[in-house]
Amino acid sequence: MKVLYFAWLRERIGKAEEEVVFPASISTARDAMQHLATQGEEYAYAFENPQIIRIALDRRHVPPETPIGAAREIAFFPPMTGG
Amino acid sequence: MVVPEIRVQAEPFDLAAEVARISVGRQDIGAVVTFTGLCRSENGALAALELEHYPGMAEDELRRVADDAIRRWPLDGVIVIHRYGKLRPGDSIVLVVTASAHRQAAFESANYLMDYLKTRAPFWKKEHASDGSSGDWVAAKQADEQAADRW
Repeated sequence: MKVLYFAWLRERIGKAEEEVVFPASISTARDAMQHLATQGEEYAYAFENPQIIRIALDRRHVPPETPIGAAREIAFFPPMTGG
Repeated sequence: MVVPEIRVQAEPFDLAAEVARISVGRQDIGAVVTFTGLCRSENGALAALELEHYPGMAEDELRRVADDAIRRWPLDGVIVIHRYGKLRPGDSIVLVVTASAHRQAAFESANYLMDYLKTRAPFWKKEHASDGSSGDWVAAKQADEQAADRW
């Protein structure tokens, strides 16, 4: 699955995107985030405050409890500051 | 059904040209409202804002917000342009244009579009300070969430 990071998540992790094969036990967007948080100290730092992180599945905002299902792309980012 | 015009671009935009695009040749439009958001210097402290976005989702989300506005108000046209990249104090960041037969729908929908795009469109601002240091990511404001919730 394609995983994207934006803004300070991208900076902390040190990459904008990567391809991740999640274990079969991962079913929701929150599970995916918790799994990524264990992938090294840069990931732990990026996800240290998970309740403020926003998630998009296939380019739509979703709540963390949303099942990943057949989505091809998941993105993690801080609250938005456009406009 | 009105189809909104959505553009996410690095280049500046021409306000007069966009107003003309939405209204020229029309005799049913009685009101055009525009909102332009600009980069502030924060009293000289800020050299530039760097705007990052999520390509694809940024356009999709702006379109969803514009479609919501079209469902809520009797609009004859909507244009939303959001810039990305490095912008300097005085540069434009965002443009919203709404057109309707009557002014209230145009005013209210432009206000709604700005409130919602701030909380839903995937853009992030990083500050570059005048002293040369690369500053912090702008934190989302609680007030912006509350402004969107009032609708």
